[in-house]
Amino acid sequence: MHDRSKSVALANLWVAFAAMFVAILLGLYQVMNRSGLFPEIESHELYFASVSTHGVLMGFVLTTFFIMGFGYYTATATLKRPLWNKGLAWIAFFVSLGGTVMAAIPLLTGKASVLYTFYPPLQAHPVFYIGATLLVVGSWIWCLEMIMSVVTWKRDNPGKVVPLAMFGTTANAIMWLWTSAGVGIEMIFQLIPWSLGLMDTVDPGLARTLFSWTLHAIVYFWLFPAYIAMYTILPKVAGGRLFSDEMGRIAFIMLLVISVPIGFHHLYMDPQQAAGFKFLHMLGTFAVAVPTLLTGFTVLASLEGAGRLRGGKGLFGWIAALDWKEPMVVAGMLALFMLIAGGWGGMINASYQMNSLVHNTQWVTGHFHLIFGGTTVIMYLAVAYHLWPKLTGRRLAMRGLAVIQLWLWAIGMLILTLPWHVLGLLGQPRRISSTPYDSPLVEQWDPHELAMIVGGAVLVFSTLLFVLNLLLSHLSKRVDSVSDDDWAVAVHPPLSLPKPLNGYALWNGIVAVWMVVAYGYPVLQFLILETHGSLPWGY
Amino acid sequence: MHIDPLEKKWLYVVGFMTIVMVGSMTFAAITMNLHPPSNVETIDPKTLHLSGEFTEDNLGVTQNADGSYMVRMIAARYSFYPQMIEVPVDTDVTFRLTSPDIVHGVHVPFTNMSTMVIPGYVSEVKTRFVREGEAQFLCNEYCGLGHDYMWSKLKVVPKG
Repeated sequence: MHDRSKSVALANLWVAFAAMFVAILLGLYQVMNRSGLFPEIESHELYFASVSTHGVLMGFVLTTFFIMGFGYYTATATLKRPLWNKGLAWIAFFVSLGGTVMAAIPLLTGKASVLYTFYPPLQAHPVFYIGATLLVVGSWIWCLEMIMSVVTWKRDNPGKVVPLAMFGTTANAIMWLWTSAGVGIEMIFQLIPWSLGLMDTVDPGLARTLFSWTLHAIVYFWLFPAYIAMYTILPKVAGGRLFSDEMGRIAFIMLLVISVPIGFHHLYMDPQQAAGFKFLHMLGTFAVAVPTLLTGFTVLASLEGAGRLRGGKGLFGWIAALDWKEPMVVAGMLALFMLIAGGWGGMINASYQMNSLVHNTQWVTGHFHLIFGGTTVIMYLAVAYHLWPKLTGRRLAMRGLAVIQLWLWAIGMLILTLPWHVLGLLGQPRRISSTPYDSPLVEQWDPHELAMIVGGAVLVFSTLLFVLNLLLSHLSKRVDSVSDDDWAVAVHPPLSLPKPLNGYALWNGIVAVWMVVAYGYPVLQFLILETHGSLPWGY
Repeated sequence: MHIDPLEKKWLYVVGFMTIVMVGSMTFAAITMNLHPPSNVETIDPKTLHLSGEFTEDNLGVTQNADGSYMVRMIAARYSFYPQMIEVPVDTDVTFRLTSPDIVHGVHVPFTNMSTMVIPGYVSEVKTRFVREGEAQFLCNEYCGLGHDYMWSKLKVVPKG
């Protein structure tokens, strides 16, 4: 791997995990505040500033910087040449970092307690909106870098198959450009001018519609690198082969095409969109379960192959035979387990009818912590362990501890999120800092509130072990030289592929048409209807 | 391109599961008319207290000619107004809500009485309560530092 690209990849990953470390501490404070067991620390101001910061750091900063860092590594290691433009990668890094610091100042001083979903007509300090936008602008530069790296490689290698890991990374870059356009339009045409006083009012109906455009596919932007690692790193590390390279490509293509035009399942309960469009988006939402179901099958089949090669016998013997001392294997199995549990809950959220029973309850918080914190972040952690020796040239300081850390992460996440699912079914709203309702319901909630503190504490401990391990490895003098060429090989490696499985021209066209159908009229209607804007409100 | 026979079988399973799930929701939407609250109807949040449907006199419970009920409410920092609503059990109730300030959400736990309340729009929910007794409207969308305190009472009383 080209040395210069290593340093930019490392810089991005360090920012990602630093953000995660701060955010996890805030998370522990939040469960303590929310439980009501520590009246001396209760504060609405602090709580909602903390929730806003926790959401931005975990959802926007950890993810974006991790994805950028992993992408730079993947591009150089799979295409076996330097990035298309190394200078641009550093520009992307500093634009995103500058945006993050800008957004952090109003967040930490309580001037942006509008949560990471913004919620106009609540109004935050303009610097918050501008900073968050710059973070996204930096990620657009990364997208350009990824796409151009592949385009130039294909030009120099006509007819060759794009390596699966890079094929997936490109899909994610293209999908993110489609996805982030919604929130970009909301920021540039609504929130920023409105917060600067250039506009008197804002239409929250339009703002929510634009945000929904981004809100669903953004979770696939986060999940993509986890899937890429499952397809292209995990099978090899487990000692086997990838069950099917083509299925991986089909899953990535489906994620690119289906993820974006389905955001209205976040708006099922909203009055400003009609039932017909909600129904249309529901159909797409269930279609997007298909690539995840394909991924689960292909990855488990690959792992089964690995387990049998290691001597596993019988229906389940291959599981015991897996290399449970290898962090990536442990993370992969735990990630799939949490994906199955969390995905099942997601089907309920996505249901056209049942959604009304769980909408905006703590069930939803449980769902996305299980999929995001569970499936996605545990794979980020395993990827970091895998990449660290390659990027730093140092051996991982404590390999055994890495495995323990991953187990703790999964256990903590389950202790945290299972009670949240129960609390949601018992009617507890999400996004509250205390439960001052005069209702017998509140007593039923109490035992679950205790459990979530235990979960939060385990997660903080686990994160501490993780960051310590990375830090000690980076600073150690134990040199390690590892090859960058350890990507998984498929059982039947494709020697040539039809064009649509090796590029995205056709698929971009399909996304464009689908987006016009799914979002064309729902956005245009705000120009047709007689709408009334809202004045800004503080909190 | 190579597709393993086992993979093909799994594709059929996935297709079947998806069709069953989507089919059951479509069936419920068509035969039971079960849709999420989606009446696209605008209103000026700056003047709704001055005239029209949501002035103070018009808020609360009214009975329609066909025996069903209509409930008009305002969701505003930090309560639902009027703060006490009484409706009979097993009766069709239509809620109409709007907000003069910011985004709120309302949910009566264990029921499908749930909708977002967005300033500039009127939310409409049709439901029936099947259990008698006291319940609560809880605000389920962050609406400011006093969000936790935003709730009000619902009483479901015997019919007649």
